[in-house]
Amino acid sequence: MSVRVQPEPFDAGAELTAFSAIASGAGAIVSFTGVVRDTEARLSAMEIEHYPGMTESAIAKIVAEARDRWSLTEAMVIHRHGRLAVAEPIMMVATASPHRADAFAAAEFLMDYLKSRAPFWKKEIAADGASWVAAKDEDEDALARWQP
Amino acid sequence: MIDVLYFAWVRERIGLPKERVETSASTVADLVAELSAREERYAAAFADISALRVALDQELSSFDAPLAGVREVAFFPPMTGG
Repeated sequence: MSVRVQPEPFDAGAELTAFSAIASGAGAIVSFTGVVRDTEARLSAMEIEHYPGMTESAIAKIVAEARDRWSLTEAMVIHRHGRLAVAEPIMMVATASPHRADAFAAAEFLMDYLKSRAPFWKKEIAADGASWVAAKDEDEDALARWQP
Repeated sequence: MIDVLYFAWVRERIGLPKERVETSASTVADLVAELSAREERYAAAFADISALRVALDQELSSFDAPLAGVREVAFFPPMTGG
């Protein structure tokens, strides 16, 4: 299991190759990469603040819960902080399992929990000013479906 | 003494990331009331606590939680990771 919280950019392709080597024999590998979105072409950058210490422990807890719920042979979370350019990867999740359904479900669970239970805050930097991204009700709703 | 941390727009509104606070507050809500009474910038940051989250010693908690034994309190808006 690997959790990395870092300001440096990462290469999602290279990370997936390395993860696949560690998880060899698993049968199913699912990965997700989140990138800085700018569909209206107005952002100059994205700044991500986090809570050092709590961030790592909160993610470790989320990963441990995913391992309890699904059959995972490996899991990986990378999440950046600091200043990111448009289209750069923000974060990446990868899961490996003997079963495709488990790998998909665990990856989606990790994504849903990282969005609203790991202490990160996004700020959009645009030419006309900066603004904090507000949490969405649907992000909270997404957690409800994982309740037993 | 307790370490109080602020993140995102709470940090910006109060104007500092962290401070040590001498307090006899017994719950998070009491601490919020004490801080809000200090200065307008605190009152502004804590005006609507339904828009805020709190962590005690780096664990998500609630505003009615007791502060006994707690060393670090953090206030921040709902998280927006991923």
